Amino acid sequence: MKFGFSLNTSRTIDLDKLDKKKQESFTDDIPTFKRCFACGGCAATCSAQQHTDFNVLKCNLLFRRGEFETLEKELEKCMLCGKCTLVCPRNVNTRAMIIKMRRTLNTKTNL
Amino acid sequence: MQHFDTIIIGGGPAGLEAAARLSKFDKHVLIIEKDPALGGKLLLWDKLFPDFASSEELLHQLIENIKNDNVKVSLNTGIKEIENEGGLWNIIDNHNNKYSAKALLLATGFDVFDASRKEEYGYRIYPNVITSVDLEKILSGEVSHAEPKKVVFIQCVGSRDEKVGNHFCSKNCCICAVKQAIEVKEMYPNSEVYCFYMDLRMFGESYEELYRKAQQDYGITFIRGRVSEVSPTYHGQVQIKAEDTLLSRPIRLTADLVVLMVGMEASEGTVEIGKKLQIGGNYDYFKSKNQHLADNLTYLDGIFVAGTSKRQMSIPETMKDAAAAALEINNYLN
Ligand code: SF4
Ligand code: SF4
Repeated sequence: MKFGFSLNTSRTIDLDKLDKKKQESFTDDIPTFKRCFACGGCAATCSAQQHTDFNVLKCNLLFRRGEFETLEKELEKCMLCGKCTLVCPRNVNTRAMIIKMRRTLNTKTNL
Repeated sequence: MQHFDTIIIGGGPAGLEAAARLSKFDKHVLIIEKDPALGGKLLLWDKLFPDFASSEELLHQLIENIKNDNVKVSLNTGIKEIENEGGLWNIIDNHNNKYSAKALLLATGFDVFDASRKEEYGYRIYPNVITSVDLEKILSGEVSHAEPKKVVFIQCVGSRDEKVGNHFCSKNCCICAVKQAIEVKEMYPNSEVYCFYMDLRMFGESYEELYRKAQQDYGITFIRGRVSEVSPTYHGQVQIKAEDTLLSRPIRLTADLVVLMVGMEASEGTVEIGKKLQIGGNYDYFKSKNQHLADNLTYLDGIFVAGTSKRQMSIPETMKDAAAAALEINNYLN
């Protein structure tokens, strides 16, 4: 019998399921990524962001929260121009961060 | 050689308050001030947060308190030499006068961050980009300005910013922006006022209330996101770009007036004396002996520190710190 509804998957970020190993291997190489305070400076200056929903700051947060599946798709949109790195008040190496994330997650635009 | 119990370097709020307290302990004090007037950075502000107290009245009171036989003031005076000789601190000023004292209080204060160092915000490039210090002059009526329709405040200019070498939070600019935003609304009731912040740090007594008032009673819009650049428009306005970090979308806005909330830095005098006496600490501020237990003492016997020469402080904090320094000095002298 079909009742016409199904269960929605949960939107909750489940920190208990976070893949710590994946994160740690990343952190060793780009330690500056840990000190991002989510000001959005990088995102505001990003050329790709004017027309797509690409968001550098969000990539960082998705990685830190272990939301790797969503992140993988996001990472493809970056053009690696590095403008974001110029403005960051915390000197996060955002460009290197994106490249390293792509490698870690085997994103399509792997380098 | 003139002898005093204490020589205070710096005639701002910290120096004045400490001098007043020491004179009450019957100590002879000399205040050496490099500028032609007493008051330090208090002279740059018209009203003070969070209660809109008049800085002029406060300064007047501070100066009244030192008007007694125990306090001498030397204006327009710089320091040429500081030397210790047999437990006494000898000072030669730039007019070659010599003084000595057992105790020296360093109250050399702070400098306002030079906003033109953040080129992307266009200070001194676009005339409608001003600093919080410039705005005080408009608010006090000293400088006139065409009525702006849209006013944007940008916080953390020169603070929390590794690009300019200042990791620290200047602590006072958040609440100052809230104060000034309210004042702008009162001066120009038809204007729209926006405030771009990274965090709003309302740490002091009744700061949070003022913030709430700004939102609720004055309709000031607060947007979380660091402005990445300010650029000119064809119509003589400026456009600002930021990321609305709460909506995860870019945001832009055209404004008639942009106010940069400039932070604090160790003053030139602080840097110089810090190097001379080797008591400079983080970001060239003076280093106290122990933040918890001996915050007015330094590693040098007889050298005391107070106020914003040490770190960012509000005026009430500075006054308390200066009073504490006076107490330490009095103990030391007795
Ligand atoms: S500019 Fe730097 S600190 Fe700000 S959100 Fe981007 S990476 Fe984080
Ligand atoms: S007080 Fe506010 S505006 Fe000033 S540096 Fe700190 S967070 Fe930024």
